[in-house]
Amino acid sequence: MIRRNFTKLLAGTAMASAFLASPALADDMRIALVVKALGIGFFEAAAKGAEEAAAELGGVEIIYTGPTDTTAEGQIEVINSLIAQGVDAIAISANDPDALVPALKKAMDRGITVISWDSGVAPEGRQMHLNPSSNELIGNMIIKLAADHLPEGGQVAVLSATATATNQNIWIEEMNKVMGNYPGIEVVATVYGDDLADKSYREAQGLMQSYPDLDAIIAPTSVGIVAAAQAVQDAGKAGEINVTGLGLPSEMAGAIESGASKSFAIWNPIDLGYAATMIAHALATGEATAEPGASIPMGRMGEVTLDETNSGAMADPFVYDASNIDEFKSIF
Amino acid sequence: MLKRLLASREILLLGAIMALLALIATRFPGFVAPSNLAGVFNDTAPLILLAIGQMIVILTRCIDLSVAANLALTGMVVAMINVAAPGMPIGVILIVAILLGTLLGMVNGLLVWKLDIPPIVVTLGTMTIFRGIIFLISDGKWVNSHEMSAAFKALPRTELLGLPVLSWIAIAAVLIFALVMRRTTLGRAFYAVGGSPHSATYTGINVGRTQFWAFTISGALAGLTGYLWVSRYAVAYVDIAGGFELDVVAACVIGGVSIAGGIGSVAGALLGALFLGVIKNALPVVDISPFWQLAISGSAIIIAVAVNARANREKGRIILKSAEHAA
Repeated sequence: MIRRNFTKLLAGTAMASAFLASPALADDMRIALVVKALGIGFFEAAAKGAEEAAAELGGVEIIYTGPTDTTAEGQIEVINSLIAQGVDAIAISANDPDALVPALKKAMDRGITVISWDSGVAPEGRQMHLNPSSNELIGNMIIKLAADHLPEGGQVAVLSATATATNQNIWIEEMNKVMGNYPGIEVVATVYGDDLADKSYREAQGLMQSYPDLDAIIAPTSVGIVAAAQAVQDAGKAGEINVTGLGLPSEMAGAIESGASKSFAIWNPIDLGYAATMIAHALATGEATAEPGASIPMGRMGEVTLDETNSGAMADPFVYDASNIDEFKSIF
Repeated sequence: MLKRLLASREILLLGAIMALLALIATRFPGFVAPSNLAGVFNDTAPLILLAIGQMIVILTRCIDLSVAANLALTGMVVAMINVAAPGMPIGVILIVAILLGTLLGMVNGLLVWKLDIPPIVVTLGTMTIFRGIIFLISDGKWVNSHEMSAAFKALPRTELLGLPVLSWIAIAAVLIFALVMRRTTLGRAFYAVGGSPHSATYTGINVGRTQFWAFTISGALAGLTGYLWVSRYAVAYVDIAGGFELDVVAACVIGGVSIAGGIGSVAGALLGALFLGVIKNALPVVDISPFWQLAISGSAIIIAVAVNARANREKGRIILKSAEHAA
């Protein structure tokens, strides 16, 4: 009984605040950036990007929030309280694609713009989803990273996770599609480190033995890239063989320092938070509508084009090297 | 004499390793170069250390599935200590690693000894608990190479008389435990307990306590390996050495350690580990599909067990042989 009354009360306040929210719209647009959990460097950086977008747009207030642990229940509570507060837009990185749908639907019913970014929500629970990058862009980026340091061409090898890892195989496939754009670069082998540090290390050692003229190892996996960099460093070939691919700045800082890796890529959380905010603003003001084929402006990040599921890719993965690693290694 | 020598598991296994090396050399001659073989030995050193501990546990009719998780937890703890206090001497770190590993091994041992829970259940449980603890203390984060001090990473790599310290530690462990298993009361008790627990009890050996010591030794070796592993790969996270316990058990089985207890030797564990080590290091250079790699590793284990079973069968004695001849 008490519970029912409480729910009613909550619904009442939600409605009341929805009414109250309308005049507030005139001065400040409130965009909530909901993350998987508070206290994670990656998301703190995204919040920084969101603030940057807010400053650029003007008249926008960012509510950076999320549960204290990465659970869907925690996020549902956060969403309900945001609905009660009557925010104008919610941009969420979801802990569960399906569990959040009812809560987010409720938000959309109340006229709140809902988008997901980084980690998506099922299509019925959001207006659009912003992927950090796309398979094509990643596939192109990993070979470009190697090729940029090999102007005269050379031999590269791929160190993947398991032979059956879907994302890895798609990226490698996309990489092979664009090989024609990088003349002189030859992929001599693809080996599998199973995302185990010791096996990846051993496979990297095997590559160095089998291909004495190897110039670069491309590892589109965060375990593999670290292990390969260590193997190259231990073999005394830092500077000679460039280890590159996808990795996290905090994990790769040592490899950049030793010279085993000249550069690597991953999404930039600051850009991601910035772009999500820009999109949320554009949709909430009606500047753009989320529909298949639509282009939505993202400020300095250009435009995102939506596909048939209303999702789009932000940009190329961001390149990290000696010039910016120190700034990012403490972030994520 | 020759027949007895040939029947010895160790000699047979040594022959198998030689044959394997010869086979690999036909496809990749560089593999059998002395420097590369030293590299293979060094790479196999962690497996050797853990296999010795596992062999002792299996001798007493138990099994320790928590070794890899113990290694990972100890590795994470010493890595975090190193980050918090980079100036701490490596000697202290080594002692902490061994002590912590010992402690974790003792937990297994106590549960098996005092509560009489089957070892496979105990260690399956502690395996998960240890991994869980790593997650709790690290918050799921990695300890990365740039956060570790240079001295922390240097020890296993330091070369002494042409071999890295990691290899020397494995060699020392092999020698020490060969001696312990042959010459000490405890070493003999391990065999007695596994060979025939009832007889062991009658001779005054406490079966439970002997098993406790077996788990303790296995834990200590896992702890030591924990530091060496994290230092060698210069990274610590929840999943390091995931599934490695199966490699360790496989090395023991290939090395002729009987899962039924009572049979096994340090030399067997060493050779079993080396056999797996050679396969693991050779597969990347001989250019075989990753799917075949798994099948080959698996086949090696089954063949070893099959050979083992046959060897054990032949041990049956015909007690009425003389009567048979007389007839």
